[in-house]
Amino acid sequence: MEEIRSLIEGFGVALSLKNVGLMFVGVILGVVIGVLPGLGGANGVAILLPLTFSMAQSPGGTTSAIILLSCIYWGALFGGAITSILFNIPGEPWSVATTFDGYPLAQQGRAGAALTAAFTSSFVGAFIATVVITFLSPIVAGFALQFGPPEFFSVYLLTFCAFVGMSKEPPAKTLTAMMTGFALAAVGTDPVTGTLRLTFGSVELLSGFDFLIAVIGLFGIGEILLTMEEGLAFKGADAKINMKVVMQTWKELPRYWATSMRSSIVGCFMGIVPGGATPASFMAYGGAQRFSKDGAKFGTGKIEGVVAPETAAHAAGTSALLPMLTLGVPGSPTAAVLLGGLLIWGLQPGPMLFVEQKEFVWGLIASIYLGNIAGLIVVLTCVPLFAAILRIPFAVIAPVIMVVCAIGAYTVKTNMFDVWMMLMFGVLGYVFKKLNYPLAPLVLAIVLGDRAEASFRQAMLVSEGQMSIFFSNGLVGSITGLALFLLAWPVISMLIAKAKGK
Amino acid sequence: MEKGGARHGAIGTKGVELVVAALFFALGALVIFDSRRLGTGWADDGPQAGYFPFYLGLIICVSSLVTFFKALTIRPERDKVFVDSAQFKLVLAVFVPTVVYVGLIGLLGIYVSSMLFIGFFMRWQGKYSWLKLGMVSVGVMGVFFFVFEMWFKVPLPKGPLEAALGLN
Repeated sequence: MEEIRSLIEGFGVALSLKNVGLMFVGVILGVVIGVLPGLGGANGVAILLPLTFSMAQSPGGTTSAIILLSCIYWGALFGGAITSILFNIPGEPWSVATTFDGYPLAQQGRAGAALTAAFTSSFVGAFIATVVITFLSPIVAGFALQFGPPEFFSVYLLTFCAFVGMSKEPPAKTLTAMMTGFALAAVGTDPVTGTLRLTFGSVELLSGFDFLIAVIGLFGIGEILLTMEEGLAFKGADAKINMKVVMQTWKELPRYWATSMRSSIVGCFMGIVPGGATPASFMAYGGAQRFSKDGAKFGTGKIEGVVAPETAAHAAGTSALLPMLTLGVPGSPTAAVLLGGLLIWGLQPGPMLFVEQKEFVWGLIASIYLGNIAGLIVVLTCVPLFAAILRIPFAVIAPVIMVVCAIGAYTVKTNMFDVWMMLMFGVLGYVFKKLNYPLAPLVLAIVLGDRAEASFRQAMLVSEGQMSIFFSNGLVGSITGLALFLLAWPVISMLIAKAKGK
Repeated sequence: MEKGGARHGAIGTKGVELVVAALFFALGALVIFDSRRLGTGWADDGPQAGYFPFYLGLIICVSSLVTFFKALTIRPERDKVFVDSAQFKLVLAVFVPTVVYVGLIGLLGIYVSSMLFIGFFMRWQGKYSWLKLGMVSVGVMGVFFFVFEMWFKVPLPKGPLEAALGLN
């Protein structure tokens, strides 16, 4: 088994003292980020990315850097559950479904059991997703090695059409948000012809919009403004968790193995196609409710109702790395930021990564296993500490988070203009959230815009302007066909609903 | 628009929907306009620079029109509240100081302006004692100074105070 040998070598890379240390630092930072309002996986990683610039330059440094950043991501996934269960405030969008049963459990004084169940299922979901990554990604990468520009463009097309077809926001708004992202990505120097596009004579816009600035503004500032609106009175349950509660809950959990497995499959699927962790968690919750014997009691504090969404969210969040590594197409906003990091460090995400950067890829995959173990240890032992962070009054936390965002935006290119852009994106993020425009396709489009356009133009060069190239063989034709089907899905489902109504 | 409405109570979602959709339409038109300048066709060496953006602009225009007309059909009695004046005041209470803060960074450097911002906000919204807000703002920025300047060697913008202390 080629994969097993590569994975063992990967463990060799990931298990150095420095990398294990970075794992713990990353996970702890990630949980803090996941717990705080206004900071989350995507913009937490975006803010800390500039700090890895110098780290990535030393030999083996890119592996250490990705371990640090991906562990922040795992930590944030864990952290979201804490606020949902104890405070009924989802720290991350994918933990909304966790509040349904998690918070009632906490009110009944069973917060410890709910937290243990959440963390353990997160771990299980992530573990299964990592196994999927380990064995599936070399196959996908090997397959993708034969891809030419038309195939790559069709994969990008599929990614973006999936957003239109599968997101719960109105399709027209999804399209607007996505195309605005592409337009923002096009600002600056055209990489092919060298002409200036959409700069309108501004010097600041010459280098274009940086997706990191957009992420920090949209998710960070926008989120703070939204949180502020709700006035924020934190009334939390106590977070007592001890070995006895952990053991008792662990004894109960194997009963829900079927829910776990089903949620993991939903999660992995939704993570690989860019549906994302949030819909996955809702789907898993709905599925568990339908299949469970006590389905009617869901929402009153059932452990199973915590297991399902947490498993799915973590599985989706983790498996979002698979298309990011193998195809260069991230499955979630945070995976998009990680992809941006790879590009900044000088690595080309995509199938060649598995050939040229074996140490990096397998070091990362091994670190996902280890990082989640580290995460489970950290959250089980330190919950009261993290819950205490939430008790810091908002009058202190809000300005500090604003300062962190400003510093993060500044350090991307050591540029004050970017800080102003961050504020602008913050207002945009606030309005987007209020009006139900999705943020994820916007961010993904900014990250992938140049690459999507480049593959489109290369394909057009090959075919001399004939769109038929996207149907020129079975592979590219079926991907494009699937993409168009997903794009048309809102219309199709509307017609089906109408036909049923008659 | 938003400010004017806030004084009279709540702002409806319909109005904001229409304005945002119209702004997106304008953005799409702007993209199309610039693409036309660059050329949206086919040159000797392949697609021209405006080829791809032209269609982006077109889709933005069409999709924002759809949103616009959908929003038009919202009947006034079913219009949801976008933000009410109490909420909007809270949003501005954090947004306006942040704008001032970003403006100050250029003048005073990030350390001094951040300390002022954190201190001001704690005093204004949380009524903290001078001692407490001094400890928090100096402590937080001290940690940042250590992490950025000493540990990761990422210089942040500095102002006259750092120059006077010889920390540049």
